[in-house]
Amino acid sequence: MDGMSLLTVTVLAVFVGFEVVSKVSSTLHTPLMSGANAIHGIILVGAIIVAGQAADPGILAVALLAVVLATANLVGGFVVTDRMLHMFRARKDVVRQEAPLKEATGREDAK
Amino acid sequence: MTLLDPVWTSLLYLAAAVFFILALRGLSSPRTARRGNLIGAFGALLAVVTVFLSARLDNIPWIIGAIAVGSAVAAPVARRVQMTQMPQLVALFNGVGGGAAALVALLELSHTADPWVRVAIVFTLLVGAVSFAGSGVTFAKLQELMTTRPIVFPGLPVVMAAVLLAAVGTAVAVVLTGSLALAVLLMVLGLAAGVLLVLPVGGADVPIVISLLNAFTGLAVAASGVVLGNVLLVVAGTLVGASGTILTRAMAAAMGRSVAGILFGAFKGGSTAGSTAVSERPVRSSSAEDVAVLLGYAQRVIIVPGYGLAVAQGQHTAAELALALEARGIEVDFAIHPVAGRMPGHMNVLLAEANVPYESLKEMGEINSEFRMADVALVVGANDVVNPAAKTSSGSPIYGMPILEVADARQVIFLKRSMRPGFAGIENELLYEPQTSLLFGDAKDSLAKVLGAVKAL
Repeated sequence: MDGMSLLTVTVLAVFVGFEVVSKVSSTLHTPLMSGANAIHGIILVGAIIVAGQAADPGILAVALLAVVLATANLVGGFVVTDRMLHMFRARKDVVRQEAPLKEATGREDAK
Repeated sequence: MTLLDPVWTSLLYLAAAVFFILALRGLSSPRTARRGNLIGAFGALLAVVTVFLSARLDNIPWIIGAIAVGSAVAAPVARRVQMTQMPQLVALFNGVGGGAAALVALLELSHTADPWVRVAIVFTLLVGAVSFAGSGVTFAKLQELMTTRPIVFPGLPVVMAAVLLAAVGTAVAVVLTGSLALAVLLMVLGLAAGVLLVLPVGGADVPIVISLLNAFTGLAVAASGVVLGNVLLVVAGTLVGASGTILTRAMAAAMGRSVAGILFGAFKGGSTAGSTAVSERPVRSSSAEDVAVLLGYAQRVIIVPGYGLAVAQGQHTAAELALALEARGIEVDFAIHPVAGRMPGHMNVLLAEANVPYESLKEMGEINSEFRMADVALVVGANDVVNPAAKTSSGSPIYGMPILEVADARQVIFLKRSMRPGFAGIENELLYEPQTSLLFGDAKDSLAKVLGAVKAL
């Protein structure tokens, strides 16, 4: 891709990035940070390409290290974000199942 | 192996980029957040499958092995980590991402003679290395492998300036010569700059720096996309860079700080951050029974949970105590500071884990005016977020941070392990006020004792 179209894509992506998270509640700051963190693990694609071109064993070793690191970022990032968000979502179901907290929901409903 | 047609490759990468945009969009609203994250993961999977089907790759068994190793290390850690330790894990994952971007750029150096591509390479090398080393230091601070206080030494600004100048000089030399040795030197300088950047940042501000470094890694990935001519990396990296910048500013605003103030505040000297000495002044300590009497005959109680509660896993006991008090006709709420815990929104995650109903968690803006109607404010394992120094002491590292106004309550009870200052490393004047009493001990034990005493009233 030529430089000009690449620049166009980059500038548009900056605006999209600003727009999509412009109004995020502080409750979601942590999961959003973690989710964005997982997304830059996509450097894995670059690491795979570099490792796939490596002819020299030394270069291959460095490239494979990059693959391991990028995979850790990508997989770990999505898993830990999912765990956090699972807790947000599971709240009501869990509250219903757990006896001691039943009254708590009743109280809140009564408000 | 069969190779995908270049048009299909581009379309699949485009689809992955769209999934990433949808993921970030979903993540900024509570109802769609989890789906958003899964959409992002699907986009990443799609992109990885695409690269295997489209690029001419050697060493495929090795690559798959490396992916297996990376997954085998990261997934169990991510699955098992205590939610209280999650901020440092996010820092760690961010760091390795930055490191991966720097290594990719380093290896691409010999493949190009185009000066613009080399500019993108040196950018990736430097920013990736800063992010890697900086994240390492934030990890060490959050894990308390090192002090969480700002570390400044005389001449730090000079050293930092020298490192940056050397880095710029080396970067120019790499662009001109394409020398691999100089590129490695540039990486080393980037690592040094990353360490120097984060050392002077105090404990309470570390999460904001993680967010900033997250944005840095995004930019490094975007630049590596330019190097490899891969639009997906450009789009994904830029998205993270831009959204991370916004997020960093939002987090800093939630603490009443500026990003520049956080990074360079300690440079200005006169930082009072850092007394970990235990003060000799007298405090009023009480017994669980006294606390139970105060709570049991109040009309309005506000519980202020902090990191100490989460560490002690005392959330369930706190919820039970709230129920026991309500059974006596007392109105009880939880007051959540936006940065309670170790990073913005962390307390909500921790309490959600403990099944505290979301509806009884009141945000700071909503609850602050209610403290003056409260008979008792029960502060459980929180310190910095209720410290009036944020309003009164202009030299304090938390100065300007909005706080929960527990001092307005008629009685204030602190459940604390010891007189040791909180994460920001500063004393809390509130502890010495006449309406304050302290109950020392592990938050969960103390809550259980108070709960037992309330039930016995």
